[in-house]
Amino acid sequence: MIADLKTFIEREKPHWEELEQELRRVREGLADMSDLVYSRKLLSLFQRASSDLARIQGYSAEPELKSYLETLVGSGYAEIHSSTHSSRRFEPFRWFFRTFPQAFRRQVWGFWLSFWLTIAGMALGAIIVAVDPTEGREVAFGAFPDHAATTPSQRVAAEEGAGKHDRLAGHKATFAAQLMQNNISVTFRAFAFGILFGLGTIVLLFYNGVILGGISLDYIMDGQLVFLLGWLLPHGSFEIPAILIGGQAGLVLGRALIGWGTSHSLRTRFRKIVPDMATLAGGASVMLIWAGINESFFSQYHAPVLPYWIKITYGTLELVALFWFLFRCGRSQEERSV
Amino acid sequence: MKEDRVSMLNIATPEGVTFSVPLAGPFLRSAAYFIDLFALLAALKILGYFTGFLQLLGDAGIGLTILIQFALMEGARMACELFWRGQTPGKKLLGLRVMDERGLKLRPSQVVVRNLLRFVDMLPFFYALGGAVCLFNSRSQRLGDLAAGTVVVRSVKSSPPDVEGILAGKFNSFREHPHLEARLRQKVTAEEAQLALHALVRREELNPAARVRLYEGLASMFREKVKFPEETVFGLSDEQYVRNVVETVFRKRDVGRSA
Repeated sequence: MIADLKTFIEREKPHWEELEQELRRVREGLADMSDLVYSRKLLSLFQRASSDLARIQGYSAEPELKSYLETLVGSGYAEIHSSTHSSRRFEPFRWFFRTFPQAFRRQVWGFWLSFWLTIAGMALGAIIVAVDPTEGREVAFGAFPDHAATTPSQRVAAEEGAGKHDRLAGHKATFAAQLMQNNISVTFRAFAFGILFGLGTIVLLFYNGVILGGISLDYIMDGQLVFLLGWLLPHGSFEIPAILIGGQAGLVLGRALIGWGTSHSLRTRFRKIVPDMATLAGGASVMLIWAGINESFFSQYHAPVLPYWIKITYGTLELVALFWFLFRCGRSQEERSV
Repeated sequence: MKEDRVSMLNIATPEGVTFSVPLAGPFLRSAAYFIDLFALLAALKILGYFTGFLQLLGDAGIGLTILIQFALMEGARMACELFWRGQTPGKKLLGLRVMDERGLKLRPSQVVVRNLLRFVDMLPFFYALGGAVCLFNSRSQRLGDLAAGTVVVRSVKSSPPDVEGILAGKFNSFREHPHLEARLRQKVTAEEAQLALHALVRREELNPAARVRLYEGLASMFREKVKFPEETVFGLSDEQYVRNVVETVFRKRDVGRSA
């Protein structure tokens, strides 16, 4: 208990005000926390305010002062104890080329699970189309009834028959923007659904796989494998892995919720994976911007305007580069830090 | 770290001190959400005039419009929380703030995750899932907050009690009787003095009737201890009497001698 509150406040108030002022400087980035003398001074002011709070806490008759000191100690705690964590400025280049692939590799199990779920879905889609092509086509092209009514050969003939006529002339940027918006939304959903114990993500990935498998087999059975590869690879080499990465983030989230393979508390489990989840979702979005540009400006052009071997080579090179990027980029820094 | 049921988050620092932060309930948060929604719609409307010109540029302009609208819908809240230290316009207006559940600084990854999971919180309609989770969670967290390790708190704007301001600049008629003041200092206990001081510090928190009753009781208690001459206390209200007593008791002695 404080015998003389007035003297206590008079004595301590200048220190509280100094701490308030210094914290304001830290928040505005005007203070140099790497200066040891300054950091010690700030810490001493914070500890003094903490000790004042501890003294006043046993003294229930002064709620206003207690509330003031709690706010002061709370903001001091946030600034001082958070500065031990990384307080480096955000560097987009470093984040994309180092942080993102490193996060991907840390959680790579989620990517492979996403991959195999999609493959399982593709197998089912392929079976549905193989058993009954007409019915299967309706399942695969549910969102595009016009496509379901035609065979792949008819569609390819129409695409190639267009010749030099550019169907997307004057609409390419709009189309690219719509694709980016749609695909980024789907990827974010694939991640967010992970909070439903991963089930939402699993269903979404599997369903995507069914569609992809159904369409692919439909084209293959109709002898249009080259067209399919030329159409899908330039943008799909980024788009499909990006959705898988969104699913990877969702599965990481679902696993943390279930707590499989760890004895940590739920809050600790979440705390450990939050940076990786945000990085994966952000990295997938950047990939989808590239995929959108490719799909609009490149994928929609077919032979004779753009020979298939060029499209397939370009798409394959993209895929190889992407996998090198995801599995190798930033590795030396990772090894050094280990 | 533990939380109690009266919507307070208690955080223990390594210095061995515990401080409490008042949590925002689901209803206050809903109000902030609606304000944000209206702000977002207004921003989109304003942007509509700007993008109208953009669309005159043709295909590129339309594409850019779609991307700007999408970025605004998905990213406006994130950007606000990132750059305004956990606040959006609605939260700012209602005095709310997103913070790390351990009391540390909000990290960008937390902002991203809590906002991306908003989509699931909104299911099946109008934040029903997130609202239900929030209602049954002791920290009033929706799913996004749970995953990101964040809480929404009420910002407390407080300042230390202005004890000096309460007593400074007021005429104290007791000073004309130093010997009676000395007797008063002897007879008033530390607890009584503190009680009177608190009654003055917390004056604005009391409703008028309670304030009158409190000062009346304190003044009569102090009147019993030392009798000041009638001309000194004539016309003094109970509150002024208590103020004089507190000023007498807490006044620094050297100031008293020089006065």
